[in-house]
Amino acid sequence: MKEFKVTPIRNGTVIDHISVGMALKVLRIVGVKDDVTSTVSVLMHVPSKKAVWKDIVKIEDRELDPKELDKIALISPNATINIIRDYNVAEKFVVEVPKVIKGIMKCPNPGCITNKDEPVETEFVVESKKPITLRCVYCDRMATEIAENLR
Amino acid sequence: MSAGFKGMDVVSIRDFSREQIEHVLKVADKMVPIAKGEERSVLLEGYVLGSLFFEPSTRTRLSFDVAMTRLGGRVLGFDQPTGASVAKGETLADTVRMVDAYCDVIALRHPQDGAARLAAHFADKPIINAGDGAGQHPTQTMLDLFTIRKEKKDMEGINVVLVGDLKYGRTVHSLSEALAMFGAQLTFVAPPSLQIPKEQLKQVDSMGQKPKMNSSLQDVVADADVLYVTRIQKERFPDPSEYQKVAGTYRIDLDLLKNVKRDMIIMHPLPRVGEIAPEVDRTPHAKYFEQAFNGVPVRMAILGLVLGGLK
Repeated sequence: MKEFKVTPIRNGTVIDHISVGMALKVLRIVGVKDDVTSTVSVLMHVPSKKAVWKDIVKIEDRELDPKELDKIALISPNATINIIRDYNVAEKFVVEVPKVIKGIMKCPNPGCITNKDEPVETEFVVESKKPITLRCVYCDRMATEIAENLR
Repeated sequence: MSAGFKGMDVVSIRDFSREQIEHVLKVADKMVPIAKGEERSVLLEGYVLGSLFFEPSTRTRLSFDVAMTRLGGRVLGFDQPTGASVAKGETLADTVRMVDAYCDVIALRHPQDGAARLAAHFADKPIINAGDGAGQHPTQTMLDLFTIRKEKKDMEGINVVLVGDLKYGRTVHSLSEALAMFGAQLTFVAPPSLQIPKEQLKQVDSMGQKPKMNSSLQDVVADADVLYVTRIQKERFPDPSEYQKVAGTYRIDLDLLKNVKRDMIIMHPLPRVGEIAPEVDRTPHAKYFEQAFNGVPVRMAILGLVLGGLK
């Protein structure tokens, strides 16, 4: 098989080992829209030693905030984050699914009080990591459809 | 352990341990003479209950009012949001914060799931969930358990058949979890479109009680110690034709009762709309009016415990 080469970036973030098919959702999470001013590379369906196939997203001149990392962990729990500074990997870590998810996802239950105009952040407890299952702290409803409900 | 009740929110039956529920039932038992008006009490004199009913309710609202009044306390609030600031678009959070400043404890009935948890988030005073959407109704569960224990003494191993709307009926979900916690054997009887949700079934199963499911009441009624009937609620159906199809499927009448255990009891959270024939009221099986009365001592116990008047 021909080796896949990824061009190094000078500064920014490489999100590697994204679950295959999730790259576009990751772009949405990190807020990549039509008006980007730095280079963003998206690699989809890349051969992976760990999981057969994976996606990769590289964002130049940008580091992610904790809420973005939590969201990525929810849709792709094995993703690794490489923070690149001056062509070197300054930090590398696997995203971690937090125990409590606050404010980053809406409750999939349309009858939940958090879907009304109340001044409250949504809150979920992670009941299971494989597959990711969240329980709404308010209405107690279990949620497994994560990507569709991320804010 | 009982000291832990003071200031506690009563949002979900899941917030209670078996010991705590038993304690509430024990205290409720002591409240019965006061609830019946045979004894007078000023236990909660000077205390005010904020009664916020965003949805219509007869039994729950009245029994909270009576419970507070019988213990010497006072009640303020509303029984429908029309005319209240809510109708002007006020958030529940703001209404609760305002009433929190006027009262010592709040009973809340609301159409949205999770409303009570949200209220508890904003209120300093205890919130008692009087039913939120299709979610929890913990005081109903407590009074159901109180009724079953009064009639059956022990809940371990008794056969409880729950019939009717098991999908949308909120009382059934919290009751089935609590009954499983007490070791009762559960059978869910409903048409497939109204059967107990999988998630709920899993919850009951996780408590070590393998529940049974059936669509025929005739098949299981002979072994029942308790027959818990629920109304098939029209307002919970998104599709009226689905309602018409299943309404009246499980009617309890004298004919059905021919082969039941002599001491089998029939319960219903009320109101009923034809699920139980009126002639059943005269049989010793009918316990639904006692059940409705039991809401008073149970709510007295809860009010007294969360306000610290009872230990």
